[in-house]
Amino acid sequence: MAIFLTKDSKVIVQGMTGATGMKHTKLMLADGTNIVGGVNPRKAGTSVDFDGTEVPVFGSVAEAIEKTGADVSVLFVPPAFAKAAVVEAIDAEIPLAVVITEGIAVHDSAAFWAYAGSKGNKTRIIGPNCPGLITPGQSNAGIIPGDITKPGRIGLVSKSGTLTYQMMYELRDIGFSSAVGIGGDPVIGTTHIDALAAFEADPDTDLIVMIGEIGGDAEERAADYIAKNVTKPVVGYVAGFTAPEGKTMGHAGAIVSGSSGTAAAKKEALEAAGVKVGKTPTETAKLAREILGG
Amino acid sequence: MDLFEYQARDLFAKHGVPVLAGEVIDTPEAAREATERLGGKSVVKAQVKVGGRGKAGGVKLAADPDEAVARATDILGMDIKGHTVHKVMIAELSPEIEAEYYVSYLLDRTNRTFLAMASVQGGMDIEEVAEKTPEALAKVPVNAVDGVDIVKAREIVALAKFPAEVAEGVAEALVTLWDTFVAEDALLVEVNPLVKTKDGRILALDGKVSLDENADFRQPGHEALEDKAAANPLEAAAKAKNLNYVKLEGEVGIIGNGAGLVMSTLDVVAYAGEKHGNVKPANFLDIGGGASAEVMANGLEIILGDADVKSVFVNVFGGITACDEVANGIVQALELLKSKGEDVTKPLVVRLDGNNAELGRKILSDANHPLVQRVDTMDGAADKAAELAAAAK
Repeated sequence: MAIFLTKDSKVIVQGMTGATGMKHTKLMLADGTNIVGGVNPRKAGTSVDFDGTEVPVFGSVAEAIEKTGADVSVLFVPPAFAKAAVVEAIDAEIPLAVVITEGIAVHDSAAFWAYAGSKGNKTRIIGPNCPGLITPGQSNAGIIPGDITKPGRIGLVSKSGTLTYQMMYELRDIGFSSAVGIGGDPVIGTTHIDALAAFEADPDTDLIVMIGEIGGDAEERAADYIAKNVTKPVVGYVAGFTAPEGKTMGHAGAIVSGSSGTAAAKKEALEAAGVKVGKTPTETAKLAREILGG
Repeated sequence: MDLFEYQARDLFAKHGVPVLAGEVIDTPEAAREATERLGGKSVVKAQVKVGGRGKAGGVKLAADPDEAVARATDILGMDIKGHTVHKVMIAELSPEIEAEYYVSYLLDRTNRTFLAMASVQGGMDIEEVAEKTPEALAKVPVNAVDGVDIVKAREIVALAKFPAEVAEGVAEALVTLWDTFVAEDALLVEVNPLVKTKDGRILALDGKVSLDENADFRQPGHEALEDKAAANPLEAAAKAKNLNYVKLEGEVGIIGNGAGLVMSTLDVVAYAGEKHGNVKPANFLDIGGGASAEVMANGLEIILGDADVKSVFVNVFGGITACDEVANGIVQALELLKSKGEDVTKPLVVRLDGNNAELGRKILSDANHPLVQRVDTMDGAADKAAELAAAAK
C-alpha cells in the first residue's frame, strides 16, 4: 500500500524543462518513478531524453492527463508562476499536485487553496515549499533522496525537508512505507492530520513519526486528532525550542508570534495526546525503535 | 516585514483608505516647516515598531510650529520599550473624535484563509478586547478568491454591530483597506483606531502593516520600506549575500543545510550547552541544499566575523548534494578565507551524514586542518562544539 503515491502512480512534471525540473526528473526516474510527461506550453510536442528514457512534453496538464492518464503532478515552477500552474492542475482535476516551489507569496498560496476548495477539492495539494513525498521502492515525487532508505513499516510526515532525510537516515535499517514532506509555509495543502489519517488507514504502516516545527498550531491540532482518531503508535519531534519571538527561522511559516506557535506548547500538546516526543532527532529515532522492537 | 506607522499611512493613502495628512522627519527643526504646512498645529508622533508609545510620552500635541520643534526635540532619541526613536511623524490634528473603532485583515493560518476582524471597541489593545469581551470582536473569514467587496464589507460591519450612522462609511473604508491588503501583499493590515469624527468623517488615525517578503519579486517598492539602519550588521551582511541568517545571543556559531535541520541544531546545541557553562547557539544560518564552497565560505565569513562566536558547528546532512562536495566546500572555504587574509582562529566541529558521508569524512581527515574536528553524530558534534565554546569563554 503506502499513502498518496504508489508504483502505479503516473507522474507528470510541471516545470520539467527548467534546470531544477530537469535535474530532479532525472533523479525521480532513477528511483523508478513512472514519469509519463512534462508540461510546458512553449515546448509542447517535443520530448526530453533522460539517459535513454524519452519523456514527452505536453502543452497543458489537461492534455497530459488525456494522453497519459497521469494522476500526479510535481511542480518545479518559479514562485511568480506557481499560482497559475497550481490553478491549471486544479482545473485539470489531477488527483495529486506536489508543489516543491519555495518562496510563493502567501496571497498566492491562499488563493490556490481557496480555488481548490471552490472546485470541490478534487486535487490534493502537497506543499508548497516542501520536498515532496516518497514511497521507497515504488515511486518518488519530489526531491527526497531516493537512496537513504528502503521500503518498511514506518510512516513519516514532516514540515521540514532535511529533518525528513535525517529521520529516514536514522531509521534506514527499518525502512518506510511512505515519507511525506508537507512544507514549511504558513499556508499548505496537505496537513499533518491528513497524513496521520492516511497512515492510520494504511495496512502497511505500523508506526508514524511526525516532525513539526515552530509557527502556527498545526501540531496542536494534530495532537488533538491523534488523541481521538489514531490507534497506531506515534513518535514526535518538534524543532525550534531556541527560536526567538518574532523572527522567521528559514521557513516562511516558522515564526513564534507573541506566545503562540512555540515548540514547548507543541511538545506539551503532543505528549498530552500520548505521543512520545524526542529531545533530538536521534532520540526520536530511538523512541521509534523501542516501540517497534518491543 | 513590519512597517512604521508613517509607512502604513502612506500605503493606506495610496489605496484610498481615509487618513490625515502627515509627513515623517528626523530632525527637530524640520518639525517647524512640516507644522506650518499643516496650518500651524500638529501632532508629533514617535515612529517605533512597538505598541504603547502614547503612554510612554511618544505622542504630543503642538499648538504652534515652535512647540512642534520642542516636542520633536523631546521625542527624537527617546527610548520606548527598548526602541530608540529616530523619526517622528508630524501629523494633521484630528477633528474632535466621537468614537474609536478597530478593523484589520490578517492571515488565518489555522483555517488557511484570510480573516477580517472588527470591533466598536477601538483605541485599545485588541488582544485585551479579545480576552475580556470576545463578543465585542467580530471575526469574519474572507475567502482569498472572493475578497472583500462592498457587500462583504457590509456583512462584516453588521456582524461587528457598528452603529447605523457609520455603517456605510466603515464598510467603504473596509473595501479600501482590503485593496491595500491585496495590492501590497500584506500579511496584516490593521487600523486602530478607526475613528468617527464630530464632523461625521471616518478616519484611520493609526495603523500597522506587515508585508510578505516572499512577494518582493512583484513589489519593487517594498525594498525602500526596509529599516536598514535598525538591522543587525551581521544580519545585513548576510542578507547582502543572500544567506538565511538570524543573529542570536550565544557563543556557538551554527551552519547547516535546511531550515528544519538548522532549527534542530540550535536546540541540540542548547541542550549540550547545559553541561558546558550554559553556552548557547550564536545564530541561525541555513546555507540551503546546494552548499557550494562559495556559499560555505560566505557563511563562515559571517559567523567568524561575530565576536560572540567561540566555536563553530557545521551540521550538514547530504541529501541530493553529496557529503564529499560539502567537505570539499569546507576545505576550499577555509583556503578562500585564508587567501583573503582572514585569520581563522576559532575551532570548527563538522558533522557530515547522509549521501557519500564516508567520502566526505575522508576528505576532511586528509585535509587535516588544525582547527577542524570531525564528529560523526549530530548529538556528539553538538556536545563537542559546546565544550569548545565553553573552554574559550
